[in-house]
Amino acid sequence: MDNMTIIAVASIVIAGITTGFGTMGPALAEGRAVATALSSLAQQPDASATITRTLFVGLAMIESTAIYCFVVSMILIFANPFWNHVIAQATGK
Amino acid sequence: MRLSPDAIIFWQYGFFKLNATIVFTWGLMLVLAVGSKVITRRFSTGLKRSRWQNLLEIVVTGIEKQIEEVGLSQPQKYIGFLGTLFLFVAAAALCTVVPGYEPPTGSLSTTAALALCVFVAVPFFGIEEQGVGNYLKSYVKPTFIMLPFNIISEISRTLALAVRLFGNMMSGAMIIGILLTIMPFIFPIIMTALGLLTGMVQAYIFSILAAVYIAAATRVRKPKPEPEAKP
Repeated sequence: MDNMTIIAVASIVIAGITTGFGTMGPALAEGRAVATALSSLAQQPDASATITRTLFVGLAMIESTAIYCFVVSMILIFANPFWNHVIAQATGK
Repeated sequence: MRLSPDAIIFWQYGFFKLNATIVFTWGLMLVLAVGSKVITRRFSTGLKRSRWQNLLEIVVTGIEKQIEEVGLSQPQKYIGFLGTLFLFVAAAALCTVVPGYEPPTGSLSTTAALALCVFVAVPFFGIEEQGVGNYLKSYVKPTFIMLPFNIISEISRTLALAVRLFGNMMSGAMIIGILLTIMPFIFPIIMTALGLLTGMVQAYIFSILAAVYIAAATRVRKPKPEPEAKP
C-alpha cells in the first residue's frame, strides 16, 4: 500500500473508533445523571427548578466530551492535515 | 464538504477576505442593535406598552434572574456582558430557520473570540471586585502547590468553552447536511427543530458558565466566624 491508502484507511477507521468509543463514556455518565436527577425530582418536586437547571448544565458539560470526540473524527474525515500534506506533495512533484 | 462557514468567501482583496462568518456576524449585530434601538425608542413607563417592549422586558428580566440565581448579587453590573453573550449565541442559533444562513458560531474563530472575551472578563471583574492583590491571592488557594493547576484550569476551560460551542453548532449543520443526502424529505426538518433546541441550550450553557466563572472570581471570601465566647 502506498502512503495515501494507508492514511485514508487509518483516518476512516480511527474516526469511527473515536466516535464509537468516545460516546460510550458520556452516554453512561448522562444516563446516571438523568437517573439521579429523576429520583431526586420524585423526592423533592419543590426543588425542580434548581435540579433541572443544574442537570442541564451538567449534561452539557458531560456531553462536551463526546463533542470533542466528534470534532476530532470530523477533522480526520473532512479536514485531515496529513491527507492534505500528502496531496500537496503529490501535486507539487 | 466544508467544516465551517469560513470557507465561503464573498469578496477578497489581497490579504483581506470577507467570508460568510464575518458577513453573518455583521448581519446579526445589525439586527440585534437596530432592533433594540427601534424598540427602546418608544418606551412607555405607564401601564400601556407595546408588545415588543413586553418581549424585551421579559428577556432582560429573565436573564437578570438567571444571573442572580448563579450567585452574582448585582446582576445589573454583569448583564451588559453576559446578556450580550447569551443574545448573540441564541440569535445565531435561532436564525438558522432563515434559508441560506449559516450560524457564525459554527466557526471556531467566532467561538474562540467569544471564549477569549470570557477569559479576559473573568480577571477584569475579579480585580474590580476584590482588588489586584486579593484576586491574585485566589490563585494560590488553598496552598501554593495549586498555582499551576489553577492556571491550567483557567486556560483549559476557555478552550472547552470554545470547542463545546463550535462542536455543537457545527455538528448540527453537519448532520443536516449528511441527512440531506440520505433522506431529503421531512427528517431534516425534525433535525433542524432539534438543532434549534440545542442552540438555545448551548447559548444558555455558555452564558451560565461565564456567569459561574465570574461569580467564582468575584466571590469575596468572608472571614471565618469567631467562635462564640463561652459563658
